Amino acid sequence: MRPDFWIVQTFNGLSYGALLFLLASGLSLIFGVMRIVNMAHGSYFMLGGYLGLTVILRTRSFAMSVVAATVAIALIGMAMERYFLQRLRGQDLGQVLMTIGFALIFQDLALLLWGGDPYSLPVPAALSGSARLGGIVFPIYRVFIVGVAVAVGLGLWLLLDRTRAGAMIRAAVDDGEMAQGVGINVPRLSLAVFGLGSALAALGGVIGAGFLGVYPGADFEVLPYAFVVVIVGGLGSLPGAMVGSLLVGLLDNFGKALFPELAYFTLFAPMALILAIRPTGLFGRA
Amino acid sequence: MIGRRAALAAAVVGGLAVLGPLLPAYPLTLITQALIFGILAMSLDVLLGYTGLPSLGQAAYFGVAAYAVALLATERQVGLVGCAAAGIGLAAVTAAVFGVVAIRARGTYFLMITLALGMVMWGLAFRWVSLTKGDNGIAGVPRPEMGALSLNAPLPFFYFTLVAAALSWALLGLLVISPFGLGLKGIRGSESRMAALGYNVWLHKYLAFVIAGVFAGLAGVLWAYYNGFVGPTDVQLVTSVEALLMTALGGPGTLIGPVLGAGVIVFLKNFVSVYTKRWLLILGAVYIGVILFAPHGIVGALRRARR
Repeated sequence: MRPDFWIVQTFNGLSYGALLFLLASGLSLIFGVMRIVNMAHGSYFMLGGYLGLTVILRTRSFAMSVVAATVAIALIGMAMERYFLQRLRGQDLGQVLMTIGFALIFQDLALLLWGGDPYSLPVPAALSGSARLGGIVFPIYRVFIVGVAVAVGLGLWLLLDRTRAGAMIRAAVDDGEMAQGVGINVPRLSLAVFGLGSALAALGGVIGAGFLGVYPGADFEVLPYAFVVVIVGGLGSLPGAMVGSLLVGLLDNFGKALFPELAYFTLFAPMALILAIRPTGLFGRA
Repeated sequence: MIGRRAALAAAVVGGLAVLGPLLPAYPLTLITQALIFGILAMSLDVLLGYTGLPSLGQAAYFGVAAYAVALLATERQVGLVGCAAAGIGLAAVTAAVFGVVAIRARGTYFLMITLALGMVMWGLAFRWVSLTKGDNGIAGVPRPEMGALSLNAPLPFFYFTLVAAALSWALLGLLVISPFGLGLKGIRGSESRMAALGYNVWLHKYLAFVIAGVFAGLAGVLWAYYNGFVGPTDVQLVTSVEALLMTALGGPGTLIGPVLGAGVIVFLKNFVSVYTKRWLLILGAVYIGVILFAPHGIVGALRRARR
């Protein structure tokens, strides 16, 4: 195989990992603060893609579609958290089942509203070309995805590590009861984190729709990827989500390129290996 | 207690056996389908209800067995015994391998890992086209013929499924009241206490996981013959999700509850499909309704009402 193959595939894996980071960082954040495994997280990704599509077809503005989709999905996520999940505080299984119920409803509503055909999101001209570097062609859109993920990662790190709100989130992640005890309004914090997490998933959905397209079943297709990322990286950890996304993106891409029939096994094997060594993931705590 | 339960069980199974020939073909096949999913839901109950392990990948063992039966019956003309042994055996092996990975995890992690493992099986069913025919699935699985006895007609197949379900119920019923089963309940209550008492917690959970895989495999074998077609939808997440709902709806930790839950879901699904295509919407609403209004399932609600 030519060296080009390895460079191109590595870059593709990197950009897919960048997309996964947008999805998984929100999932991980939500889990960290609320101990909820949000099964509807893939639905936010898919609905974000569909909403973005509808907005871009109406307004012809990529920026508008990103803003509209993230805000709308953040509101949906916050409503879910406020009116349904907060009633079930401390009931892990009940909360999971509840989010499954929402995931099923969202999937069917999406089918009802947007039909069964796959769509691809029209990408603005400035992002649609490709760049040549040393004889290898890199699609600009994929470079853009990596850029967005780096910016989001940096933003999240600054938020968590350098601000008062971030300190409150970290306190709630470490010990929710104690945080509540020292005067942090944990329910309100949970609501905000849920909104942020769903907005990130929706952002991933809009941007992902530009090169993966958006189609029925995309929600349950990306969900296991996000799960594997946080399983590998460790739940509730931002560095874990970063490293996990990169690993999973690269492995998935090389798996699909080298062993197309056994693609999912290339995800399973490293996950099993990491769990055997560290059951809580690379950066997770028990 | 055991005597009363056995009498109730015998009455239910006997009642269904008498009712069988009196029913038209359509309700009979629905009951057969409910019994098959009842076995799947009971297998999940061993994990969820008795051991406290919420698995979201039970369709993997169901599906792997169904694929084994479909491939052997259509391409090698293997008979019932061979197919059943291969299907259940493969399900057991799959559960034994996946269990090594999944049992290390607790609570939420367990749920996510079983989901991811289930998706691995779905991925194989979907992508390994040279073996599984991918999205087209494997059609034309013949019902078994054993000499004069043919399971082709609805009634014989109903009896066959009834016997399998009754046996599963009896075996799992004995399992959960055995010292091993009580050990599982102890683990559900407090893992650290059971470990302190000297129980091998890992081994208990692991064996429960494999046993659940075996019974899910049995359900998969029956499903392949019942449906005559096996495809990636049998292994997909929604199938695992439906099994989990059947168990939660019926009442985890009761065995009979999940069978009831399977009956409700199967009948609801077929009833709804006459009027609308919005099955997932209704399934989702049922999920949310169960959590909000009947967190202990049908059996739990009945028990509460009797008090």
